[in-house]
Amino acid sequence: MNLTELAARLGLETVAGDTEGREWHGVYAGDLLSRAMSHVKADNIWITIMSNTNVIAVASLTEAAAVVLAEGVELIPEAMDAALDNGITVLSSKHTVYELCAAIHETETRGA
Amino acid sequence: MPEPIRFHFDVDGENFTSAGEASVAVKKKLRQLGYSPDIIRKVSIAMYEGEINMVIHANGGKADVEVNDDEIVIILADTGPGIPNVELAMQEGYSTARDNIRALGFGAGMGLPNMKKYTDEMKIDTEVGVGTTITMKVYL
Repeated sequence: MNLTELAARLGLETVAGDTEGREWHGVYAGDLLSRAMSHVKADNIWITIMSNTNVIAVASLTEAAAVVLAEGVELIPEAMDAALDNGITVLSSKHTVYELCAAIHETETRGA
Repeated sequence: MPEPIRFHFDVDGENFTSAGEASVAVKKKLRQLGYSPDIIRKVSIAMYEGEINMVIHANGGKADVEVNDDEIVIILADTGPGIPNVELAMQEGYSTARDNIRALGFGAGMGLPNMKKYTDEMKIDTEVGVGTTITMKVYL
């Protein structure tokens, strides 16, 4: 399942970048940047409630497929600029981190 | 032996918004040079953590990266307060970051441990009141 299909399935809103043609594999959830830095793998989806510019730097360095902002958190304008500059896809959801993880897990378990 | 490729960055200590820019720039350069994702990841993580440390604790500093035939050397030098107890600072989870810094997602106490974990060599030269220079090497 690619990012576009997952976004549609979970009702994720695209805040920055593009989901088209982007594959993803695996998920990391967490807000401490150093932890994310060492645990987010390339093509992972990173679910967080942090929305500052540093999140974009970490997503870029780890080559995450997308950042998913939980609980309706909004990207600050500087972070939006950084996301667009670095080609980082940012999605958002009103759901909590737990709900998003559970929904993605269910999607993975049931298949596309 | 060919000349090493060198990159230099002045890390702005006042600006959390741009913190990480040097690391992102180095990552892009290494990718252009054709290094493997594994090498790029190690350099990126180590340099990002060091860069953030300089912004949080030392009001910025200088970052130099040297790409040689057999290793990538990262030198991060600041004139900040120095590290009083390096052994303590190397412990996972130990952090002296202030609450306003933690609110941004920093201060996990994983900075120095990550730098050590993702590099093949790390040397810390520090003196209280004078500054800190960290030299890291990633073997190619």
